[in-house]
Amino acid sequence: MKKIVKAKINGILIRAEEGTTILDAAKKVQVKIPTLCKHPDLKPSASCGLCIVKVKGSNKMLRACCTPLDEGMDIITHDPEIVDIRRTVLELILSNHPNDCLKCDRNNDCELQKLVADFGIRQSPFTQVLRDLPIDNSTKAVELEPQKCILCGRCVDVCQNRQDVWALSFLERGMQTRISPAGDILLNESPCVKCGQCSAHCPTGAIVEQDDIGKVWEALLDPDKYCVVQIAPAVRASIGEAFGLTGKNMTKQLYALLRRLGFKAVFDTNFAADVTIMEEASEFEERLIKGTKSLPLITSCCPAWVDFMEKFHSDMIEHFSSCKSPHEILGVLSKTYYTQKNGLDPSKITMVSIMPCTAKKYEITRSNEMSASGFQDIDIVLSTRELARMIKQAGIDFLSLPDEEADSMLGEYAGAGVIFGATGGVMEAALRTAYYFVTGTDLGKVEFESVRGLKGIKETEIEVAGKKIRIAIAHGLGNVEIVLDKVREAKKNNQEPPYHFIEVMACPGGCVGGGGQPYMVTDELRLKRAKVLYQDDTDKQIRCSHQNPYIKRLYTEFLEKPLGPKPEKLLHTKYTPRPIYKR
Amino acid sequence: MTEPKLSEDIKKVVEKWRNKKGSLVMILHEIQNAYGYVPRETSLELSKYLDVPLAQIYEVITFYNYFKLEKPGTHRIAVCMGTACYLKGAPVILQELKELLDVEEGHNTKDGLFALDVVRCLGCCGLAPVMMIDSKVYGKVKKEEIMNILSEYGKEE
Repeated sequence: MKKIVKAKINGILIRAEEGTTILDAAKKVQVKIPTLCKHPDLKPSASCGLCIVKVKGSNKMLRACCTPLDEGMDIITHDPEIVDIRRTVLELILSNHPNDCLKCDRNNDCELQKLVADFGIRQSPFTQVLRDLPIDNSTKAVELEPQKCILCGRCVDVCQNRQDVWALSFLERGMQTRISPAGDILLNESPCVKCGQCSAHCPTGAIVEQDDIGKVWEALLDPDKYCVVQIAPAVRASIGEAFGLTGKNMTKQLYALLRRLGFKAVFDTNFAADVTIMEEASEFEERLIKGTKSLPLITSCCPAWVDFMEKFHSDMIEHFSSCKSPHEILGVLSKTYYTQKNGLDPSKITMVSIMPCTAKKYEITRSNEMSASGFQDIDIVLSTRELARMIKQAGIDFLSLPDEEADSMLGEYAGAGVIFGATGGVMEAALRTAYYFVTGTDLGKVEFESVRGLKGIKETEIEVAGKKIRIAIAHGLGNVEIVLDKVREAKKNNQEPPYHFIEVMACPGGCVGGGGQPYMVTDELRLKRAKVLYQDDTDKQIRCSHQNPYIKRLYTEFLEKPLGPKPEKLLHTKYTPRPIYKR
Repeated sequence: MTEPKLSEDIKKVVEKWRNKKGSLVMILHEIQNAYGYVPRETSLELSKYLDVPLAQIYEVITFYNYFKLEKPGTHRIAVCMGTACYLKGAPVILQELKELLDVEEGHNTKDGLFALDVVRCLGCCGLAPVMMIDSKVYGKVKKEEIMNILSEYGKEE
């Protein structure tokens, strides 16, 4: 047990576990110390200086975000002098921050703007000096506007330490300090994998998702276009947050909403996740039983992970599932199977994907296989955050919408499809079906508790037909190397592979913690979102992809058999090593 | 050490410093001293060789003024901005140089003939304002003389 320390905050006696920061301890006495650079999900960087407090007996002010509470401390969090200093800190930040608020992506959703409002700043005592730094929108996924950067370091921390990508860095020092890829190249020329974690953690409008709402409105207005839409698993668990509802499954309201926005058909990515499982579990069965290709099999649903692998771990290409990600599969099915069945012209279809992700914006043009239908399979990708804005623009009272169902049959999913949005979910879904493929019988209990949860690397063994299947699950790209190094090591020594099956999701927590999800994510929130998905799974009559009657029908009517020539052409892709730096 | 690649010479330097604390800065020093700058190709190679992300190498290079990312111009102009020179009109001299050469401080002219730098004190305040080109000192510089001074450095090489 941890030692308990006693201290005083604003005269109130407090007990807290040793190591608790003053910032967290203050919450226990109903005091909110203002912060700007501190994100609850990241280590404190102590760069902004807004959270300074006075400690009796010390003549300097301490930063509450990174100072642990000490025995006997007597702390003042607010007095006129402290408030005045905090105001000066904000005024100094504003002195090189553009006054673009009204036209900024983060208007009304900006941590700096909120603090400036709270402090009632009305004047600019310091001359404004704006840095002449260009906007970088080279990636199609995120947009970097370094002029709006307050140098809190969150994006750099998450990019370097959480994700191990090292696309973003601090260049130069003092007044010249800026965030940029090494050597002022474009993000698209850097190792950036478009995961968007930088944008999800940025307190201001310095890094935002590429806004594609305009394109969607335009398509919806065009009488020549037949607009269809799909929602990813993780979106239903988080979109409510933008309207003040946490931990609520919004699937049915989303279906209703998307129809009201003007989409002619509303599909669910979960259906395609079931297709992914049919293909991926078949691949696994082939590798495991027939030994056609080497083990382990590695999942490929996450485009940021795919990009990361192609750049940093291209020696793993042979282990990669060739299966496309679910939304790409739904895209190609909507422009082939769906149009053929309904007598529609695929060239008129505009397919919009609502994703928790920024990398999906990149994925839709990543290779020729993303146009397997003969047209670009997905036309536009919107992140959860963009959809929330679109709902507000449309003036729809989202939370009061009636329940509706998705359009058959690209909207009918098994429980396995919906858990794709949480780390371990793809593995669990695949195991349910792979078990059936290998043994010919269904599992008694379909839940695999050991693959759930937020541990960075999850390893477990599962028995299938008397054979022990070793699996590993990594989320957050920083956890990948340890797993892959074990595979490499075994290969080098001609040993049996350490795992049979590996799942990787680029974002911490999987898609529920995606780079396009609502702001201020913490592990607590990731778990809440995941819980929504697991509940949706539990509530489903059909839990396994291969039992989904619409999946069976899709294969009978159209795809024939998993890994057959038609799936091969439409549902699978190729990978290629890519340079880490283009220049 | 002539080729801006991770030549055998640099490999030796790297091996000398490998596994020592602060080795990256020391390696960069040796590269800077040898080439007069740290070429991007070398940084890219170094990144692979040391297994240090390029971003980290650039964070170090751009933090310290000593490291340059551009190949230095043939002739280095150093304009003194020490107190005496500053008061005696060094800013005017610097501005004139910038205009005549169409270059910002810390950078090279397009033809690569000159590199323009600002320095803190050249130690001959009595001659203020002072500038140096390579190792030659010009004292009591007047704005009107600069064109003539520069013309001494034709494209003889």
